[in-house]
Amino acid sequence: MADTISTAPLPQTDETFLDANEMVLNMGPQHPSTHGVLRVILKLDGEKVLGTECVIGYLHRGVEKIAENRTYQQFGPYVDRMDYVAAVSNGLGYCLAIEKLLDVEIPARAQAVRVALTELNRIASHLLWLGTHALDIGAITPVFLCFREREIILQIFEKYCGARLTTHAFRIGGLQYETYDVFEKDCIDFCDVMLGKIDEYEELLTTNRIWVGRTKGIGILNAADCKDYGVTGPVLRAAGVEWDLRRAQPYSGYENYEFDIPTRETGDTYDRYVVRMEEMRQSVRIIRQAVSDLPSGPIKGKVGKVIKPPPGEAYVSIEAPKGELGYYVVSDGSLNAYRLRVRPPSFVNLGALDKMCRGSLVADVVAIIGTIDIVLGEVDR
Amino acid sequence: MEEILNNPYVVPLIFTLLIIALFPLMAGYIVLIERKVLADLQVRLGPMRVGPYGLLQPLADAFKLMLKEDIIPAGADKALFWLAPVVSTFTALSAFAVLPLSDVFYIADVNIGVLFILAVSSIGVLGAILGGWASNSKYSLMGSLRSAAQMVSYEVPLGFALVTALMVAGTLSMQGIVYAQLERGMWGAFENFGLMIVPTVVFLIASVAETARAPFDLPEAESELVAGFHTEYSGFRFALFFLAEYASIFVISGIAVTVFFGGWLRPFPNVEWLAMPLNVAFPLLLFIGIGAGCVYLLRGLILPEQRAVLAGVAGLCFLLGAAFAVPMVNEKIIGLLWFVLKVGVLVYLFIWYRGTFPRLRYDQLMDFGWKWLIPISIGALIVNAVALLVLR
Repeated sequence: MADTISTAPLPQTDETFLDANEMVLNMGPQHPSTHGVLRVILKLDGEKVLGTECVIGYLHRGVEKIAENRTYQQFGPYVDRMDYVAAVSNGLGYCLAIEKLLDVEIPARAQAVRVALTELNRIASHLLWLGTHALDIGAITPVFLCFREREIILQIFEKYCGARLTTHAFRIGGLQYETYDVFEKDCIDFCDVMLGKIDEYEELLTTNRIWVGRTKGIGILNAADCKDYGVTGPVLRAAGVEWDLRRAQPYSGYENYEFDIPTRETGDTYDRYVVRMEEMRQSVRIIRQAVSDLPSGPIKGKVGKVIKPPPGEAYVSIEAPKGELGYYVVSDGSLNAYRLRVRPPSFVNLGALDKMCRGSLVADVVAIIGTIDIVLGEVDR
Repeated sequence: MEEILNNPYVVPLIFTLLIIALFPLMAGYIVLIERKVLADLQVRLGPMRVGPYGLLQPLADAFKLMLKEDIIPAGADKALFWLAPVVSTFTALSAFAVLPLSDVFYIADVNIGVLFILAVSSIGVLGAILGGWASNSKYSLMGSLRSAAQMVSYEVPLGFALVTALMVAGTLSMQGIVYAQLERGMWGAFENFGLMIVPTVVFLIASVAETARAPFDLPEAESELVAGFHTEYSGFRFALFFLAEYASIFVISGIAVTVFFGGWLRPFPNVEWLAMPLNVAFPLLLFIGIGAGCVYLLRGLILPEQRAVLAGVAGLCFLLGAAFAVPMVNEKIIGLLWFVLKVGVLVYLFIWYRGTFPRLRYDQLMDFGWKWLIPISIGALIVNAVALLVLR
């Protein structure tokens, strides 16, 4: 496999008196910390990483091709299976794209519920990231604490639409279901609990010397690199770029909510950690605003039983928990999409792995894979 | 009978057999305690299925490991692959030879006890190195290289901390160290006008690294190296490595207890009026309390077999409590109780670290060892030596 390593010039290694042999180490697809079935081929000098190469596709299901053979409604559940950790965001992006093609107005109530559920899902996604990231770095307790809170979110989803993970919560044109009776109360209760819990996680990690030592200065990706690689989401914001699609090109009524965009300067693993923790707090803020006065009214716009968008194309991107999630849909006026292309944040962000890993140690590779926050379902599609 | 017991080989032989027979069981229960404590830290229940509240889980685990297929990977060095877990287990268990579990329960009291333990635990590293090398796997190899570097590095501060303690105690014999603490009426950790606290802390930190436990568990860092040097081991060979790990935790905690925390002595061994409450009332209350707790927990159980097992445990606790009420028996086993309790506290610390800390990186571990622990331990040695000479 050695010759598949990219031939770009490697940074100079330390001058040592030993003529060290390079070792090629295959990490994954069966490995405890590759978050699914990612395979990384590492070129090592001792424990030092000289280069990496990602091999993906173990979870490829041809989602984009499936879209061409299903009606627009039938394809709805499939998008949930891409980033299954943030299924609601996927559904939102897809619905928004088709709605743009259809040029249909979404009722205010549906928009507010969408925002609430999406932000809940953002917290769930970040919680899973935090747990697994900490687990990769060797802290085995946060993952259980994170799952405890994630469970509350999943229960809200379950009460709302019957599913916990791949929710298929939204329909083209709005919502399928009215919220259940105590939806608002559940959300507010969760918000009250969650703020304290975020502090609890931070207590365990933020000032922990080992944690700081393991994450500060590791996997630095500055703003210019982020632009070169097309990296978005918390990784970009940790590099100091205040770019959040919820603010930059608001959708689903995000312009009505008050929230901050947390940013940091260095763009290392620690900064990304801090940014995501703060993002969870901001999500709590948004959920509070969204559910505190849910507008009344219909939950579905004027969409026919059969969805047949006029010929044309549309690109809609949203701020998914992991970055910019874009849907590009081409319609030929039939029942099926002529072509559907997904811009998955995980896939694009994963491209920067090699840049972030070079010169670091094996243990850092694991931390960096964790900090990019990838979901292989989305990378491979 | 008298003659047989007076033979210098008979009693140690019995104790040896007892330790070899009982320690695996005890290691199993240390694992169960670890799982339960970790579960408690992580808002879970831990094992609950095998036996009442998971009490029989260690037995089930042991049987499972014994019945599993024994796999030797292709390309492995068969002889070394076979030898590695044996070396690990053998060295870990042989350290028990000089560990005084109480004033009567010890195998040998040699005058170089500490040196023997240091020597034997140094050989223990070989098990990890051989295992990693013989597995013919890159993960194993990296794990074994890490463990070699780590254990060798952390043996230095460990050794210095011990040397400081030996200097203060004035003997190398493990029993001698305990008696020295009895004579001075003070735990080793607080000796020398409190200066001994530094080597004690160094020893406690270095012992975590020496046994390759979190946060220094790099040789078997799960998220990086899968399982480190024992990645390719399965079945009973894996069980041996597992046993060796817990044996070395017990041994190193035992050394810490013996050298720094008064060994099998009760707290304040020279305060006469505390003998009654600490040596009789305390164990009585402890075991009867545990027994009563078991009886209380009986209410939550439905299955008759599980109730029977828990009732048995409760009975055992009451029996032990009763045993401590008999003066003849009490004076024989009270030392063992204190020793095990003290070791238990240290083992709990090990588990607590594991539940709390993230893992250090390899270079940070080496930095910490060489740039902090070793200079501190050498400094502590010198300061203690001067204090001993000038002040005592």
